[in-house]
Amino acid sequence: MKKVLKVIVFFLLSFIIFIPYSIAQEMDEKSVDMADTMRTEGKIYVVVVVVVILFTGLFIYAINTDRKLSKVEKEIQSLKSQ
Amino acid sequence: MEVPKLSILNETIRNLFFHVAIWFAMFILLIVSVIYSIKYLKSSDLNNDVYASEFATMGIVFGLLGVATGSVWAKFTWGDWWVNDPKLNATTIALLIYLAYFVLRSSIEDSYQKGRISAVYNVFAFAAAVPLIFILPRLTDSLHPGNGGNPGFSAYDLDNNLRKVFYPAIIGWTLLGVWFASMRVRLKKFKIIVEEHDLN
Repeated sequence: MKKVLKVIVFFLLSFIIFIPYSIAQEMDEKSVDMADTMRTEGKIYVVVVVVVILFTGLFIYAINTDRKLSKVEKEIQSLKSQ
Repeated sequence: MEVPKLSILNETIRNLFFHVAIWFAMFILLIVSVIYSIKYLKSSDLNNDVYASEFATMGIVFGLLGVATGSVWAKFTWGDWWVNDPKLNATTIALLIYLAYFVLRSSIEDSYQKGRISAVYNVFAFAAAVPLIFILPRLTDSLHPGNGGNPGFSAYDLDNNLRKVFYPAIIGWTLLGVWFASMRVRLKKFKIIVEEHDLN
């Protein structure tokens, strides 16, 4: 009798231990599938990010040029005032 | 626009108009830069040196943007921001060679000497970049289409619909680069005039 009880308890315990584990695994698989927006809708957001990178890069370059231009402008101003 | 429906790539095939086109534009800008470098060596006209340096700068800006966009594209198709792909590593070396060009330029004071040395270096950098970017990766295995047994886009997925946008995109990015570079050239010429005036 005691032996049978032990076996039953063992089985119950193993279920209690393993059920959450298997549920977690299931959830894990699901969360991988929908982890990020970059993989949804045929990964179109990857293209969006690429366009944004190009735009910011060129914008930074334009700002850099603008600053160089204002430096030269200042030099011209100081030449004029001499 | 209809695009070919491919697994893994999905809609990112549209990056062809941005990532791939910008590399082509970079290459065209670097060719222009080398032509002006050779012109400088022939004529010793400082204007040619200004053109050469600004077109090289714009080309490398495009190159860096190409690496950044490629990194994002790789993350969601190849699985990592940076894979040990021969094309990626070789391109990095080529970009570093070009970065050395700018370091070299900024380290020389005399403008004629700067022009001559950097023009020679520019020809060398271009001659090193072409095999690094376009030839060596083709000889080994690479994830890039058209390299090491991988069929090029043209083989099955660059269909006529994509071509209609891809070629104008190359022209468009190149013209954008030329516009930016020529603005910088005008600015630099202005600066040279101001500096000469200052000396007098």
